[in-house]
Amino acid sequence: MPRARWTFRLLKTSTFRLAAVYLVVFAISVGAVLGYVYWQTLKLLDEQADETIAAEVQGIAEQYALNGTPGVLAVIKNRTRLDTGGLYLLATPVGKRLGGNLKSLPANVLNNEPGWIEFAYVVETPRGLTEHKARGFYTRLEGGYHLLVGRDIQELRQFGKIIRNTLIWALGLTAILGIGGGLLLSRNFLRRIDAITATVRAIRSGRMSDRVPLEGSGDELDRLAAALNDMLDEIERLMRGMKEVSSNIAHDLRTPLNRLRAQAEDALRSDDPAEHRRALEATIEHADNLLKTFNALLFIARAEAGQAAAGFSELDAAEVVREIGELYQPIVEDEGGSLKMTAPETLRMRGDRQLIAQALVNLLDNALKYGRRDDEPPQITIGAEVCDGHICLFVADRGPGIPESETEHVKDRFVRLDESRSAPGSGLGLSLVTSIARLHGGELILRDNKPGLRAILKLPRDGKT
Amino acid sequence: MHILIIEDDKEAAGWLMKGLREAGHVTDLAVDGEEGLNMARNGDYDVLIIDRMLPKMDGLTLLKTLRKEGNQTPALFLSALGEVDDKVEGLRAGGDDYIAKPYAFSELLARVEVLGRRKTAEPVQTRLKVGDLEMDLLKRRVTRAGKEIQLQPREFKLLEYLMRHAGNVVTRTMLLENVWDYHFDPQTNVIDVHISRLRGKIDKEFDKPLLHTVRGAGYMLRAD
Repeated sequence: MPRARWTFRLLKTSTFRLAAVYLVVFAISVGAVLGYVYWQTLKLLDEQADETIAAEVQGIAEQYALNGTPGVLAVIKNRTRLDTGGLYLLATPVGKRLGGNLKSLPANVLNNEPGWIEFAYVVETPRGLTEHKARGFYTRLEGGYHLLVGRDIQELRQFGKIIRNTLIWALGLTAILGIGGGLLLSRNFLRRIDAITATVRAIRSGRMSDRVPLEGSGDELDRLAAALNDMLDEIERLMRGMKEVSSNIAHDLRTPLNRLRAQAEDALRSDDPAEHRRALEATIEHADNLLKTFNALLFIARAEAGQAAAGFSELDAAEVVREIGELYQPIVEDEGGSLKMTAPETLRMRGDRQLIAQALVNLLDNALKYGRRDDEPPQITIGAEVCDGHICLFVADRGPGIPESETEHVKDRFVRLDESRSAPGSGLGLSLVTSIARLHGGELILRDNKPGLRAILKLPRDGKT
Repeated sequence: MHILIIEDDKEAAGWLMKGLREAGHVTDLAVDGEEGLNMARNGDYDVLIIDRMLPKMDGLTLLKTLRKEGNQTPALFLSALGEVDDKVEGLRAGGDDYIAKPYAFSELLARVEVLGRRKTAEPVQTRLKVGDLEMDLLKRRVTRAGKEIQLQPREFKLLEYLMRHAGNVVTRTMLLENVWDYHFDPQTNVIDVHISRLRGKIDKEFDKPLLHTVRGAGYMLRAD
């Protein structure tokens, strides 16, 4: 990645923007506080100087009233000698200097009305003559004498300038550090976001097994990455499922369609009306089976998309178990077997009564078809109970069972174990039950019934998916 | 019976009309919702067969309009939308029954005939009688030729449904829906076993069987 583009993207990160906004707010507050201090300090110092000057002017004016110009000159001389930092000048009405430590009146003062003025004057320092700033009060004594009393404010101004410079430097440094920090933060952030983006791109280009690297710090980005990885796992699982299903559909739907077609063709060659009739009946039967398979597939797809939850209501699971048990009891007994029912009085839960009944019927059909040894009569138990806070509906048989290694596999679509291939069925029964369980936020558990199979529909009471 | 079919698929409607005529019914056809609404308003029909998805006006709206106008002709919805929710929607709109496409004609015929009969049925019955088989709904007693027959509660319900629809074919799906209140296709022959048990109780010791199997369709209870 070109350096300039990287930097540009760095500036565009949300972290950097946040840092920048924070920086601006911080700079404004620092500036405001320091500015206020600066302004207040200068104001206080100025006021102090002005008060001193005003007091001195007052004193000199009084002296003049008592002793005239000699008195004024004596006071000035005295003050100058004490070096109180004051600046004085007394001049005749025509502007001739009579005394004081200022060499001359500043320009333009003579024509001015009395008042506050700021002026420059020349002082002698060890490094030579320099010009200093001063502030003073200019007035005219009775008899037209000019009087200027002032203070050197060079240091005051210098002080202000130092504060001002400090302020500017402080703000400048804050900005530099802030921007630097922001860039540093966003660089880290950007690096990790780039890792996520790179993974997403890799996956889009077909590398499904790529995963976002985790830092192991458990921070919010790590959590996001972990959630993304979980999602990717789920997507990969679904895609694998889809692939398997499409190849299974190809096989399991094509086979009966082929058979159907062959049968019709065969009947067409014959001239026997009885043969035609038989073929047509078989055709309808094949078509019905195909439709059942289609409907089951469609239902599973809908259930997995979570669309079929609209029919949820309060129901009594124990009652459903009893009703379905009662529905199946005669057929099991006709086969010489027994169907036991165990359920408490009531088991309230939220769910879809029709779907739960459908699931139980599928499990019972399976138990009847596969849940018996050789020619032994089926011994089936259907029941409902509370199991770790959930509701467990189960159908148990005493047949050959399912090997533990296959218990997950048989829930997939179109999966039929070799032992059962010869029996009629679509291989969708358990997938349908699994979908119904998932739709209710529960699961289908297949367990060893010692002997036989115990299929448990474990459903939450509140029906939340 | 005089039946109005509102269906835009002309080929499907053709098969349907042929089948219903062969069963002895008179049929009319409307090919879109508006035409169907007009014909249903003006004709005196015993049963309406309405496709849910129709041009110009969909089946649900059509029936809602009719019901609002006070027309109570029994109506059966035909729909490719076969889920339970869709069924509930259809029944809420005023439909009396609902059948999902693709359907077996025998199933449709049985349901249409039950609907047509409903219109003329007496509103409240406390006794049902088919031949010498009698059912007292208040005392919950069943007798045949004066001899009392002991039935389980579910068998009683099953027989009650068959007696209420005596002379009509009832399908296995209809029985599962109305006697057990479950709306899925009975996969195995569970219903047949219940029927055969009932038959054992009401027909076995008597000369003339009342409960007949109608091949490829379902069952019928009739006296002759």
